[in-house]
Amino acid sequence: MHRARRSGNGRFAAGVLHALVMTVGPIAAALVLSGAVLVAVGVDPLAYYGTIVERGLLSPLGLQQTLTRMGPLLFLAASLIVAFRAGIWNLGGDGQFLLSAVVAAAAAPVLVGVMPAWAALAVCFLLAAAVGAVWSLIPALLRAYQGVNEIITSLMMTFLGVSLANVLVKLVFLDPATTVPQTRTLPVADRLPRLFDTTVSSGLLLGLAAVIGVHLMMTRTAFGLKLRVVGANPRAAVHAGLPVAKLTIAVFAISAALAGLAGATDVLGVLGNVRADWNPAYSLAVVPLVFLARLNGFASIAFVFLFSVLSIGGESAARRLGVPHYFTLVLVANLLLLLALAEYIDHRRRVAKKA
Amino acid sequence: MTETTTSSAIASTTTAPPVVELVGVTKRFPGVVANDHVDLALHAGEVHVLLGENGAGKSTLIGMLAGLQAPDEGTLRIDGADIRIASPRHALALGIGTVFQHVMLVPTLTVAENLALGGPWWRRPDRAALAAKVAEISASFGLSVDLDAVTGELSLGEQQQVEIVRALLRDSRVLILDEATSMLTPAGTDELGALMRRLAARGLAVVFITHKLSEAFRFGDRISVLRLGRKVGEIPPERLKALDEAAATAEVVHLMFGATPAEAGGEAPPARAAVAGPAVIEVRGLSVPGPMGSPGVAEASFSVAAGEILGIAGIDGNGQKQLAEALSGQRVAAAGEILLDGRPIGHLDVGARRRLGLRYLTDDRLAEGTVGSFPVSLNLLLKEIGAAPFWAKGFVRPAEIARHATRLVASFDVRTPGIETPVGRLSGGNIQKVLLARELSGGARAVIFNKPTYGLDLANIAASRRRIREIAASGIAVLLISTELDELLDLCDRIAVMSRGRLAGTVDNDGAARRRVGELMVGKQS
Repeated sequence: MHRARRSGNGRFAAGVLHALVMTVGPIAAALVLSGAVLVAVGVDPLAYYGTIVERGLLSPLGLQQTLTRMGPLLFLAASLIVAFRAGIWNLGGDGQFLLSAVVAAAAAPVLVGVMPAWAALAVCFLLAAAVGAVWSLIPALLRAYQGVNEIITSLMMTFLGVSLANVLVKLVFLDPATTVPQTRTLPVADRLPRLFDTTVSSGLLLGLAAVIGVHLMMTRTAFGLKLRVVGANPRAAVHAGLPVAKLTIAVFAISAALAGLAGATDVLGVLGNVRADWNPAYSLAVVPLVFLARLNGFASIAFVFLFSVLSIGGESAARRLGVPHYFTLVLVANLLLLLALAEYIDHRRRVAKKA
Repeated sequence: MTETTTSSAIASTTTAPPVVELVGVTKRFPGVVANDHVDLALHAGEVHVLLGENGAGKSTLIGMLAGLQAPDEGTLRIDGADIRIASPRHALALGIGTVFQHVMLVPTLTVAENLALGGPWWRRPDRAALAAKVAEISASFGLSVDLDAVTGELSLGEQQQVEIVRALLRDSRVLILDEATSMLTPAGTDELGALMRRLAARGLAVVFITHKLSEAFRFGDRISVLRLGRKVGEIPPERLKALDEAAATAEVVHLMFGATPAEAGGEAPPARAAVAGPAVIEVRGLSVPGPMGSPGVAEASFSVAAGEILGIAGIDGNGQKQLAEALSGQRVAAAGEILLDGRPIGHLDVGARRRLGLRYLTDDRLAEGTVGSFPVSLNLLLKEIGAAPFWAKGFVRPAEIARHATRLVASFDVRTPGIETPVGRLSGGNIQKVLLARELSGGARAVIFNKPTYGLDLANIAASRRRIREIAASGIAVLLISTELDELLDLCDRIAVMSRGRLAGTVDNDGAARRRVGELMVGKQS
């Protein structure tokens, strides 16, 4: 107590400094640690990081690719934030993503023949959302009414969903005109419009809208507050008379629908079709990002941007330096562990100071 | 203790120094003194019964013997030497084995695996040696334990035998059985009682905690009674044998509930205007299934008039929580009717019952009543999320919420740094005020209090009780569930006693209430 009250400004500055150290410190440590791994496998870490920054951030084409990649990732971040904040561990995002992507890819080329392109895209987005939501129904019902752990059921539904998506591509929606098994390709002119004179897909804007929308829903609406009560203390939710089972199903539906929209964004904005055996597994890659962002919508935009730079740059580095492109996941994993470690040390220090 | 030299073996052992002795032991928790200078001596060859209401300090005492807690004052002597028990492992090594109320075995492991737990991790458990030792123990104490049975498939009585064997495997000299009969059938209770007698006959010191006086008299040699953290009396073996059951019951009830005939007559509760209004809450034949292995509510019928305080007394876990949750709408009733102001509400959900004026203050303030990480302001509206004027078309209106919170914090005297402070940071008494503010605001007709002063300090207990009296005086019907008899006697107009899910009887709160409620609580029909 006697340690004189610091002025408001001083305390604020100290707080900012503390936050900075707590964020930048682990990031630097993660770069060093991952660099050590690179050295161990005989790659110059500086060349690797340099390539990533140059190809993912500095070169105009790379930056545009990075921004385009953010679209589906932002939808997935929104999907996970809704679920995690409500205490629902929907890890089935990849299955929901892929099935919705396949359905959107199959429907789009047909629909553009019978209606204007914008209407076709809108219908495809709705379809994708519905497919994702339906694919979450089994884990949702089991969790809501039987208390079955949704981590396991939603993960298992991903295995089924990925396989079913492949079956659909190879048997049902196969484009007879190509030798590679894939769906019919949506003409570039009918895809999501690009932004201005760049190659950046407008999926970026949709993704940003989704994350911000979800953030506002969770923080500003009664519905979002109900979900947060269920997530923070399910017994208090029962005590307060909230319909926990119905809210659980709603959370699953919203989360899975957003994952489905991510799939549609990737297919309708960038790829134009779905090839057999394609599974980027974006959803599981986004899980650590939203945790790093502490389930905050705006912070997750920053982390998704960082990850997009890493992943686009990492793909170039993979070609140039022979480091597998999923080495970016090693980097993210190291970052997550070191941030957790920093937090643990900080917590211990604060407890020690109090005692 | 008077020294007698009768020829019985028990008398000769009691003259020997005690195996374990607690001397002037005091244990404080924030706001409560759980044990206040308690002396307790455990003698070899004796079953020492510990009696007392919930909150009398039995569990804390056991916790100190088992090494879970350390006393703040006083000493613990083993064979006459002062010892500080550092951990449960240390207690076991000193020969003090404890069988807790709730079985502490791993249900998916076999009996043998459960018994081998706790050995050094680097060594493979020696099955043959274990089997030999268990066989020896089983033979000498008349236990039967199947080492290959999966523990979870055994009955509760059998699991308890496994726990006793586990304690005996460590060469325990003191065996503590914490409410060991509360989950057993009458036959299982008799078996356990016989086993306790055999253990004592072989020279163990047995501590037996129960709520049932008949068990205490049948199986015990010596009875100690705790009340509000203090040891208020002890009946040594010679006296216990001399008393017949009726006289012993009278003496123990007097010790447990603290009433002498003079006291009960002279200390009548403050006079209250007679309540004879129409019933606000009426319950007819309400039955509620309980969670696995514990009683629910069986055919409860009662009514509470406007301005009346009806108390529900009883040992914790006899269906009180199920009753409260069925009334509030949190739990589905199997049968029966609930009426509020003459209107059936049994089919309504929590929110609808609340809007009609039925309010429920849970006993579990942090785990159920509030969301600890949420600010005080939102916790005050936890049961009204989405309601006008705090939300408009589903969107939050922070100014309205802040105004509401500021008003309630002031009028209920909630001591908080601010309305944005997470409620979990407040003290128990202030969290209770937040709950009171939430439940009493906006047209309450009937309020159910579940253990409203549990865990509070004296000042907050007094404030809560004053508040409950004011609520009733304003014409609200109050159902007060409490395990503290003094609280019920202080506040209620009538007191119903709940036992094993049934209402064993209802008594008017007059001079004889203390004795009659006490009798109903220990299972004696009045």
